[in-house]
Amino acid sequence: MTDAATPRTTLSLKSRVAVAVAAVVLVGGVIVLVAALAYGRHAAREAYDRLLVGAASDIAESITIRDGQPVVDMPVSAFELLSLARKDRIDYRVVDRDGRTLTGSAEAPRPETRRDLALYGGTFGTEPARYAAVVRRFAERGYSGPVEVIVGHTLRARQDLARDIAQNALAVLGLAGAVIALFASLAVASALRPLTNIGDALAHRDPTDLTPLREPAPREIAALRDALNGFMRRLERQLTANRTLISDAAHQLRTPVAAIRVQLQAAAEEPDPERKAALIARVQNRAGAFGHLLEQLLSQGMVIHRGDAVAKEPLDLRDVALEIYEQSETALFPEGAEVRLDLPPKEVAVSGDMLSLTEAGKNLLGNALRHGTAPVALGVRRVGGEAWLWVRDAGSGPGPDILDRMGERFTRDNASAGIGGLGLAIASSVAANHDGRLDRHSDGDGFEIALSLPLEEAA
Amino acid sequence: MIRRALLHLLALTCAMPAAGQEISDRLGPAEAGHELVVRSTTDLSVLRPVLEDFLAAWPDVAIRYEQWLSNNLYRLTLEDCEARGAGADLVISSAVHHMVELVNRGCAYTHVSDQTLALPDALVWRDELWGVTREPAVMIYDRTRVPEEDVPRSRFDLLDLLRASDGPYAGRVATYDIEASGLGYLFAYADSLEATTFGGLMEAFGRSDTVATCCSAEIMEGVLRGDYLLAYNIIGSYALQLAEDNPELGIVAPSDYTLMLSRGAMIPQHADSPQLAATLVDYLLSDPGRAALAEAHLITDLEMLIANGAAAPSLGSSALRPVELSPKLLVASDRHKKQLFQARWRDAFPANSAKAP
Repeated sequence: MTDAATPRTTLSLKSRVAVAVAAVVLVGGVIVLVAALAYGRHAAREAYDRLLVGAASDIAESITIRDGQPVVDMPVSAFELLSLARKDRIDYRVVDRDGRTLTGSAEAPRPETRRDLALYGGTFGTEPARYAAVVRRFAERGYSGPVEVIVGHTLRARQDLARDIAQNALAVLGLAGAVIALFASLAVASALRPLTNIGDALAHRDPTDLTPLREPAPREIAALRDALNGFMRRLERQLTANRTLISDAAHQLRTPVAAIRVQLQAAAEEPDPERKAALIARVQNRAGAFGHLLEQLLSQGMVIHRGDAVAKEPLDLRDVALEIYEQSETALFPEGAEVRLDLPPKEVAVSGDMLSLTEAGKNLLGNALRHGTAPVALGVRRVGGEAWLWVRDAGSGPGPDILDRMGERFTRDNASAGIGGLGLAIASSVAANHDGRLDRHSDGDGFEIALSLPLEEAA
Repeated sequence: MIRRALLHLLALTCAMPAAGQEISDRLGPAEAGHELVVRSTTDLSVLRPVLEDFLAAWPDVAIRYEQWLSNNLYRLTLEDCEARGAGADLVISSAVHHMVELVNRGCAYTHVSDQTLALPDALVWRDELWGVTREPAVMIYDRTRVPEEDVPRSRFDLLDLLRASDGPYAGRVATYDIEASGLGYLFAYADSLEATTFGGLMEAFGRSDTVATCCSAEIMEGVLRGDYLLAYNIIGSYALQLAEDNPELGIVAPSDYTLMLSRGAMIPQHADSPQLAATLVDYLLSDPGRAALAEAHLITDLEMLIANGAAAPSLGSSALRPVELSPKLLVASDRHKKQLFQARWRDAFPANSAKAP
C-alpha cells in the first residue's frame, strides 16, 4: 500500500553517463576500427608496393643485351629488399619482347594492361599475391623492344602490418574511452554534490524552519533549489496567514461574543418589557454586525489563500464589475440606495482570480455605501498601462488615520472603528496578489478608491 | 680398416647412377606401426646414430632412409610437390638454396614448436624450413706432404700459394665441381657474395690447373691417396669425421671468413605423416638431438674448431658466416644467374667442363 505511493527512483545519473560514454566509445570504436583497418590496409599496400616496384626496377636495371639476347644478372639487393617481408613467398619472371620467359617462374601472371609500371593482384600457387610489373625498353643493335620484369609476393606481411595498425588504433581508442569514462564519472560526482548537500540540509532542518536554502549550486540544480525556496516561501505565507486568521478571529470575536452574552443576560434579567425589547434589539443588531465581521474574516482568509494557491486566468475586468454589481444588489444595497455602473465599451483584459477580485470590489463598494455619501458609482477604466476597478462617492472619504492603516490587517481599533478597515485590508491583499495596488484620491466631486491592475495586452 | 670405411663412403656418395638414389635402408624395428620416409643428401653412415637415438624413444616408428644427390633430391621433391604426391615425410638437404626454392613454391608444411621458435632468424624461414646442422666449409690438406709454413690459414694464403702456375701446387689442388654438386655451387655462390677474393681465387684455380670434381668423399679420398695436396671448400663434418681415423688429414677453417652451412629440413606439403616428421624435426632441434648431431660432427661450433686445431684461437665468432635461410637464396637458383656463374666457372676450368657430366 505504502510501496505503491513511494515515488519511483529512475536510473542513476552516473549510469546514464556511463551508458552514454559506452555508446560513444562503442560507436566511435566501430568507426575507428573500420577506418583503421582501411587505413592500415592502405598503408601496408603503399609500403609493400614500393618494395615490389623497387625490386622490379632493381632487376630491370641489371638486364644487359648479350649476343642479341637480354641477360639478367639477378641482383641480390632486389631479393634483400623483398625479404624485408620476412615470411612472404616471392614470385618473379622476366619476359622478353616475344613473350618468352627468360628467367623466373613462367606461371607468374602478367598485367592485363601494358604499361611501364603496373601493380595488380594475382595468385601465387594457391595463395593470393600482389604483383608489380616494370617495363624496360632497349634500343640495341641486337635487341630492340621491351623487357618486362614481374615481381610479386604473398600478402602475409601486408596483413600483419594492417592488423598491427588497427590494433594500435583500437588500443588508443580503448585508453581514450577509459579516460573519458573516468573524467565523466568525476564530473558527474562533482556536479551532483550540491544536490546531496541540499538534500542533507533539508533532512537536518527544523520542521518549522522555512527560511530559504543558502547552499551554492550550479545553474541546473539552482533551479531546483530556487523552486524549493519559492515553495517554502508560499508555505510560510500560508502558515502565517492561517496563524494570523486564527489569532484575529479569536481576538475579534471574543469581545462581541462577550458583549452579546452580557446584554442577553441583562435582557433576561430586565423586568421592564420595554427596556427588555430595546436590549434584545441591540443584541440582534450586534449579532448582525458580528455575522458580517465573521464573513469578512473568512473572506480575507480565502483571499490570502487564493492569492498563493489559485492560478490567475485571463478575464475582462468589466465582467468583474458586473459580478460585483449583481452580488451587491441583493446583499449590500441598503433600501433605496443606488449604484451607478460605469463601464467602457471595450474589453479591459487583466489576468487574475475572479473570486478574489469580486470580493475586493464588494468590500470597496460596501465601504462606500456604508460610510460614503450618495451617489455611489462603480466602474472600470484604463489609465495608461493599468486597468482600474474603481468605486466613487460624493463624500470626502475616510479620515487619514484609516487611510494610513490601509493594507494592514486588523488593529485593536478596527473593532471600534467599524469594519471599514478590514474591507480595505482585503482589497489591499488582493491588489498585492495581482501585482497591483490600491489607489485613492479626493477631488472637488468626491472620493475615489481604485484597485489598479496591470493591463494585459488583449490578443 | 680406414681404407674400407673410406671406400664405403665413396661407394655411398659417388658410385651410383646419375638419376637414381644412392642408398635406401630401413632403420628401426621391423614390426613398427609407422614408417617415416626421410630423404636426405647426408651420408647415412653419418646420420645413422642420430636417427637411432631418435628411434629409441619411439619404439613404434621405423625410418626408411633414402640418400640422394642434392640436384636429384631437388628434382624429385619438386615433382612430388607438383603432382601433389606423398613422397618423403622429411627432406634434409645441404643444398639449402634448393630447399628455399621448394618452400618458396609452397611445397612445405608449416610447423611451429618451442624448438623451432628457439632457432635464430637466419636459420628458419616461414616456419617451413629449419637449419638443423652447423657445418663449416673448410680447406683440407695432407699433413705429410704440405710443409707447415705452406699451410694456408686464409684465402689470401691460398691465393699466394697458387700464384705460380708451375709451383708445387699446380694441378694438386681440388675443389667441388659446381655443375655436378649442388653443395659445391652453393659454396661458390656464397663465396661470390662474401668477398672479392672469390674472383681472384677463380683465376688462381684456373691458372694452377685446379681439379674440380664431384663429391666430398672423392676429394678426401684423393687427398689421402696423395693425388691432391690440398682441397678447398670441403664440408667440415665429413672432414672432421675422417680426420679422427686419419691424423695425416689437416683441416683449416679460413680465418678471413668461414662459411657455416645449416642443412635445411623441410616437411613436404603432401607428406603422409607430417606430424611424425615434425616430431623428428623437434628432436633434431632439441638438446639431445643437438648433442647426437654434435657427436656425428654435424654440429660444430667455434670452440670445437679451435679445440681440434682447425682454427686459430684468435678467430672471432664474426668470422663464421652462416648461410642464411632466406629468400635471398632464390637468386642462387635463378636460371640466368646460374648460367652466368657456370660460364664464369667454365672459363676458369676449361679442362674440367669438358669432362663434366
